[in-house]
Amino acid sequence: MTGPVSGPATGTTAEAARTIARARLRERARVGSVTTALAIAALAAFLAALSYGDFSISLPDLLASLTGQGLPTVDYVVHRLRLPRAVTGLLVGIAFGLAGVLFQRLLRNPLASPDVIGVTSGASASAVLSILLFGASGAALSGSALAGALLTAALIYTLAWQRGISGYRLVLIGIGISAGLSSLVSFLMTRADLSAAEQALVWLTGSLYLSSWDTVVPLTACLAVLVPAALVLARALPRLQLGDDTARGLGLPVERSRLGLLVVAVCLAGVATAAAGPVAFVAFVSGPIAARLIGGARPAVVPAALVGALVTLVSDFVAQHLLGGHQFPVGVVTGAVGAPYLLWLLAMTNRAGRGG
Amino acid sequence: MRKLAGIGVLVLVAAALSLVVGTKAIPVGTVLDALVRFDPADPDHLIVTERRLPRTLAGLLVGAALGLAGAVIQGVTRNPLADPGILGVNAGAALCVVLGISVFGVTTLSGYVWFGFAGAALAAVLVYAIGSLGGDGASPLKLALTGAALTAALASVQNVVLLTDSATYDQFRFWRVGSLTGRDAEIVAQGAPFLLVGVVLALGLGKILNGLSLGDDVARSFGQNVTADRVWCAVAVVILCGAATAMAGPIGFLGLTVPHLARLLTGPDYRWILPYSMLLSPVLLVLADVAGRVVARPGEVQAGIVTAILGAPVFVLLVRRRKLAAL
Repeated sequence: MTGPVSGPATGTTAEAARTIARARLRERARVGSVTTALAIAALAAFLAALSYGDFSISLPDLLASLTGQGLPTVDYVVHRLRLPRAVTGLLVGIAFGLAGVLFQRLLRNPLASPDVIGVTSGASASAVLSILLFGASGAALSGSALAGALLTAALIYTLAWQRGISGYRLVLIGIGISAGLSSLVSFLMTRADLSAAEQALVWLTGSLYLSSWDTVVPLTACLAVLVPAALVLARALPRLQLGDDTARGLGLPVERSRLGLLVVAVCLAGVATAAAGPVAFVAFVSGPIAARLIGGARPAVVPAALVGALVTLVSDFVAQHLLGGHQFPVGVVTGAVGAPYLLWLLAMTNRAGRGG
Repeated sequence: MRKLAGIGVLVLVAAALSLVVGTKAIPVGTVLDALVRFDPADPDHLIVTERRLPRTLAGLLVGAALGLAGAVIQGVTRNPLADPGILGVNAGAALCVVLGISVFGVTTLSGYVWFGFAGAALAAVLVYAIGSLGGDGASPLKLALTGAALTAALASVQNVVLLTDSATYDQFRFWRVGSLTGRDAEIVAQGAPFLLVGVVLALGLGKILNGLSLGDDVARSFGQNVTADRVWCAVAVVILCGAATAMAGPIGFLGLTVPHLARLLTGPDYRWILPYSMLLSPVLLVLADVAGRVVARPGEVQAGIVTAILGAPVFVLLVRRRKLAAL
C-alpha cells in the first residue's frame, strides 16, 4: 500500500492521506445518495402497486387507509387484495437481491448467482414434486421449496468440499446438479395432467399471484432474522475479496465467515423462492446494477437489496397492467429484461478476462 | 482390437435386450420369428417390427451420434466438461422447437427436426463465441457458466410462449425430456443420412484432434490450419447433436461421460477415442432406455431422464478430479 508514496518527503505522505480521505468521503457520499434514491424509488413503486389497478385509489385515500382511517371499500382493496402482493414483491426482491450479491461477491464471479448455480433449481424440483404429487399449496408448498433449497445447497457444498472450498469447484458442481435436477422437473411435468403441469409452470416462472397474508407473515418473520444477519456478516466481504491467503493474514477466519455468508444467502434465496417461486434473474441482476450505480469496488450490499425490490415491484407492475389483456407472472418480465443483460455481461466479463 | 470387438458384442447384447424387453412380455422365440419369418397378422410380430425395432435403431444412432459429438467437443475445446446439455445447446434446440410448434404449427416429431437443428447450431455458436472471448480462451468454467446462463436466458423466453399457449406446452413437455418412446421408422429414415455424414466426418477428425490437444501453437508447427480444423469439428458437432436432438429430444450427460470411459480404455489417442465413444455410447443409451421401461411398469421413464440421473454424479466426480483444465 505504501509503494507509490516513497521517499523522505513526509509532506507528500500527508497529502496522499488527505487525498485518500477525500476519496473515501466522496465514495461514502455517493453510496449514501444512491441508497437514498433507490429507497425512494422502491417506496414509489410500492405505493404505485397499491394505488393503481381496475379500482384506482388516490394517494390521500391510500395513505388514510394505510394509517387506519380509510373508507371501508378502499380498506378492502388495499388490505385484502393489494397489500399482501406488494409486500411480498418488496420482501422477495430484497431477499433475492441480497442473496445474489452475497453469492456473487463470495464466489468472486458476477455470474455465480443462486439462480445460475442450482440453489433455486433445488427449491423448484422440491416444490414441483409437492405440487404434482400432493397437490400442495400455501405453507406446505413454501416449506418444501425452502427444504429443497437448503438440501441442494448442502449437497453442493459437501460435494465441492476438498480440504476447503474453491469457488470454481462450487460453481461447476452447482451447474451439474442443477442440470440433473431440471431434467427431474421435466420428467415430473410429463407425469402430471396438463392443468397441474401448467400450474407448476406458473410457479416455476415466479409469480406474486398467490400472495396472501398467510404467506406474508412467515416471509416477514424469516427476513427479520436473515437480513440483519446478512448485513452483519457482509462486513467480512471486502477482506474475503482480497483472496483467501490475504484475508487469513488479516486475521479473518476465512472458512467460517464464508460458510456463514453462504448459509444466510442460501436461506434468503430459499425463503424468497418459497414465497414467490424462482423469479428469474432478480438475484442475478441486482448486484451488478447496484455496483454500476455506485461505481466503486466495494460490495454494494444494501443498494443491491433495494435494486432487487425495485426490479421486482416494477416488473410485477408491468406484468399486471402493461402487457395487454393477459396477466403474466412477474418472472416473465424479469426474464425478458434479465436475459439480454446476462448475455451482454457475459461478453463483457469474458473480454475483460474476469470470466473465470 | 479385442476390446473394440468386445464392445461390438455389447452393442448387439443391448440391441437384443431392447427388442425383447418391454411393457408387453413377448417370448424370445417370437421376437426371433418376427425378425426372420415376419407374419403381419401376428400382433406380437407387429410390436417387434413396428415399435421395438425402429426404437432400437433410433437408440443406436442417437447414442453413436452423441458419443462422437461429446468426444469431438471435448477435444476441440480441450475441456473435459463439454456436453451439449451443460453448454446450452439443448436449450437452444428446445426453444426453436417451441417456436416451431407454436408459431409454425408443427405437430409431428419429424417436423421438429429442422427446428431442433437450427436451435442447436445457433446456441453452439453463441456459447462458444461468448465463452472464448478474453485472453485465456474457452476455459471449462467460462464455457460451463456461459452455457448455464444461456440456458436460463432461453428458458425464460420459452416460458413466455408456453404460458400463453397450453396446446404447445402439452406437446412440448413430452419432447423436452429426451426419449426414444414412439420413434418410428420414418424418423429413423429421416435422421439417418445426417447422422451418417456426421459420423464419417467425425471419425476422420482423430488426427486433427490429436494435434489440437497439444495446444494451438504446437498444432500450427505441425502444419495444421487450426482455424479450419476448428470449423470442421464444429460442423461435425452441430450435425451430430442437431440430428440426434431432433430425433430423440435433448438427452444430456451422455456426450459428457462416454468420452471419459473411452479415454480410460484406450488412452489419450483420439483416433481410438472416437470409435470407442461411437460404440460405447449406444450401449449406454439403449440400456438406459431398457432400464426406463422396466423400473416404472406399466409406465416408462424416458431414456433422457435415466441418463441424467446416472450422468449427474459422473459430472460431479469429474469436477472433483484435479487438473481439470489439463486435457
